[in-house]
Amino acid sequence: MAFCGLGLDISVSNPLLVMSDPHNNLASNKNLHYVLIGALLLVLTVVTVWTSTFSFSIGVSVGIALIIATVKGSLVASYFMHLITENKLILIILFFTVIFFIALIFLPLSDTMNTVGSPNVY
Amino acid sequence: MTEEHHEELGWWRKYIFSLDHKVIGLQYGLTALSFLLLGFMLMILMRWQLAYPGEVIPWLTFVLIFIFIGFTIIYLAGKNRPYLALNSFIFFGIAGLIWYFTTGEERLPGGIMLPEFYNQLGAMHGTIMVFLGVVPLAVGAFGNYILPLQIGAPDMAFPRLNMASYWVYFIGGVLMIISFFLPGGAAQSGWTSYSPLADINTGQTMWLIAMLFLIMSSLLGAINFIVTTVQLRAEGMTWFRLPFFVWTQLITAFLLLLAFPSLQIGAIMQLLDRIAGASFFIPAGIIQGGKVLEYAGGGNPLLWQHLFWFLAHPEVYVLILPAIGIITEVITNNSRKPLWGYPAMVYSLFIVGFLSFVVYAHHMFITGMGTAVATWFQTTTMIISIPSVVFLAVLVFTLWGGSIRFTTPMLFALAWIPMFGIGGLTGLPLGLAPPDIHLHDTYYVIGHFHYIVAPGSIIAFFAGLYYWFPKICGHKLNDTLGKIHFWGTLIGMNLVFAPMLVQGMAGMSRRLYDGGMEYDHVQPVMFLNEWMTWGSWMIGIFQIFFILNMVLTLRKKSPTEDNPWEATTLEWATSSPPLAHGNFETEPVVYRPPYEYNVPVNGHIEPYLPQHKKVEMRD
Amino acid sequence: MEIPFTINERPDTGLTNPKFGIWLFLASEVMLFGSLFTSYIILRIGSPVPPHILAWPIQSQELNVLIGAINTAILIASSVTMILSWVALKEKQFKKFKLYMGLTIVLAVLFLVVKIWLEYLPKIQHGHVMSTNNFFAMYYLMTGLHALHIIGGIVVLAYFWGPGAKMWESNPEQFTNRIEVAGLYWHFVDLVWIFLFPTLYLL
Repeated sequence: MAFCGLGLDISVSNPLLVMSDPHNNLASNKNLHYVLIGALLLVLTVVTVWTSTFSFSIGVSVGIALIIATVKGSLVASYFMHLITENKLILIILFFTVIFFIALIFLPLSDTMNTVGSPNVY
Repeated sequence: MTEEHHEELGWWRKYIFSLDHKVIGLQYGLTALSFLLLGFMLMILMRWQLAYPGEVIPWLTFVLIFIFIGFTIIYLAGKNRPYLALNSFIFFGIAGLIWYFTTGEERLPGGIMLPEFYNQLGAMHGTIMVFLGVVPLAVGAFGNYILPLQIGAPDMAFPRLNMASYWVYFIGGVLMIISFFLPGGAAQSGWTSYSPLADINTGQTMWLIAMLFLIMSSLLGAINFIVTTVQLRAEGMTWFRLPFFVWTQLITAFLLLLAFPSLQIGAIMQLLDRIAGASFFIPAGIIQGGKVLEYAGGGNPLLWQHLFWFLAHPEVYVLILPAIGIITEVITNNSRKPLWGYPAMVYSLFIVGFLSFVVYAHHMFITGMGTAVATWFQTTTMIISIPSVVFLAVLVFTLWGGSIRFTTPMLFALAWIPMFGIGGLTGLPLGLAPPDIHLHDTYYVIGHFHYIVAPGSIIAFFAGLYYWFPKICGHKLNDTLGKIHFWGTLIGMNLVFAPMLVQGMAGMSRRLYDGGMEYDHVQPVMFLNEWMTWGSWMIGIFQIFFILNMVLTLRKKSPTEDNPWEATTLEWATSSPPLAHGNFETEPVVYRPPYEYNVPVNGHIEPYLPQHKKVEMRD
Repeated sequence: MEIPFTINERPDTGLTNPKFGIWLFLASEVMLFGSLFTSYIILRIGSPVPPHILAWPIQSQELNVLIGAINTAILIASSVTMILSWVALKEKQFKKFKLYMGLTIVLAVLFLVVKIWLEYLPKIQHGHVMSTNNFFAMYYLMTGLHALHIIGGIVVLAYFWGPGAKMWESNPEQFTNRIEVAGLYWHFVDLVWIFLFPTLYLL
């Protein structure tokens, strides 16, 4: 998508611009950059609602929704929260946080799927 | 360091709402020690019931002992130290609580304990010891006071957040105590608060609310510790020059930061089950007292267990890692030798910290867990024992060939090694599913974890208190009283906890208010109950030596030398007690690793080389 | 006394204390909301499948996707205005900061208004409360906890827009850093909603 391409171009070169231009004199460029990411997020919101109207199997629906949400979340994290230019220490800590997050989701899940009998009674 | 003029703070800002990490550390220390004492007393009441079920409790004796200690403190503090005398109120307060507990008709009609109250004691003993006693002492007290000093910082990174952490903890503690006075009493579903019992049992709501405060306090504190350790290290204090105590506090802070949220959510969900009628952990059709309860149902009790243990396993590492840090400081200092394998210790810390998140369901082997998942948790649990062995091995290798000084802190540290060894080894059959099926929920488990926490963490804290007491007040604690305290505590603790392992292997279940009277298979080991109760009294009596030792030492004026232990780490590079503002006269610069004892310098052996001391190396 | 690296970055880590602190806080929040998502998954797995009336996808139909999507858009917009307000401060344009920050607060309040008046209240009036069934219990818990985070954010942002803005006069660099830190928190709240919305409304 044209917007995607434009957004990505600016963001790849921007870190270098940011580093050489610490006082951010390229103001309007940055502003446009953020607004474009915002617009992309809105578009992806529409996409996620649209894809939910199809009757896929639950696995496929969850997959699509998660992928789109992850893309949106990555945009927010990378650009609005500056993770793409962030310091290594923060990235390492966040990396391990994600590992533990995955453990938090998958360990109880695997136990629930593997447990003898079902404790949920309706 | 600075030429700032500090306006004199008012009494409230100086002693109560202080931003100084040292004051906050002492606040945490005093509060935590008081809660440890309260938790201890709850156990004394339980142990009476276990040894002499159905007999009238000698409450007056217990009350009088505490009143006696209180008045002794007032007498010893004398006119010189009126604030010291105020500590007697802790003892009067506990005496009052004992009186309240043991003379209430809903708790001990006719002086004989009801099962409901025994359960309250059990749940609150665990909760108070873990969340109000050990963690605040290990992290809030020791960590807060010592960590900034050891890294050469003027204070914590966020002093106001530090103060907030303490007061939120304090509120949580007060709420826990208040819960005893509410209708129905305190929580009585175990410190583990399993659903669905905890969702419908009395006393749980206030416990949950108090936990929300306590968890918040830990989260705020964890952030502070991590930022401080990373950002405020003095010049030259590189990562591998940090004292090992600092490393343990850092990893502990990460455990608190990332594991506590799951219990926060679990607690909120259980609270909503109780007050909003949700059914997060409640299956439909639950019957209480012959009546079907009105719940929509569909909840999963095991979900509570997952959320709880996801925190509670890292939590037990929170209980022990600071202790390992303290022991390392004391052993290196009193062996007059560098730490044998500093990198191995640090990497083991990382491994323990990481793995602690993926072992937790070894507490859940008997929940109908499938073999695949059980295999995962058994394997990771076995692997996590390896770094613990590394810790012990390194400490033993450090001792080997050292010039060991048998100071009081060193006695505690030396005893810690075999005690923690027993605790760790007894964990192995619990970490493997097949033997755990037999041992789960028996006294073996209680023996195992108490060996780690009581002869483990608590002994380590005593080592730390004796070691760092001269830092906070300029005088060492009395050595003779210390040695008496040590031997009585060590023997008493073994007398209480070793029999538990035996009882557990015989199959005695935990949380039985009558000590197992009803069961045939435990009759051969019932006699141990009385031994254990006598052991618990022994522990209690010998703590009096420690309490009075502290009072006698604190009432002394004129601090003596700054570095009585001839230690190398930075906290000893400033006055004892340290300067109120900024800790150090000038910001220290670090030139070497932390444990340079008896190292060759310029052709001779230097007995100890402080980290901040500049030395001209002549090659 | 001065705590070093409160405003200036420490050279070897490249971080200021507040920035590091907020990221650590956000890491714990990842685990907090992660626990919620775990609970959602576990409880949903144990629940009936369609066409049973209590199946979560069926119960989820009670939620209005359009309203949820609009709220998503509102929050995304507030994230944009949030970052623009920080950029304005970096450009030393205080009035622009006030404008964008004000917009952020307005959008945040709008989010809450939509949530409470167009979602919560009608549902409660229909008799869908926490005790109705576990889908609604999770719905209220997850969106409710998220809403509490929004409220907390509004309080902080309003403080920085109002009385706290005085710091711009005395210490513009520290103020800018504070806005950046607040922004990190705010973007995280947006990020959580980006996952909450499809989970609760669409799946």
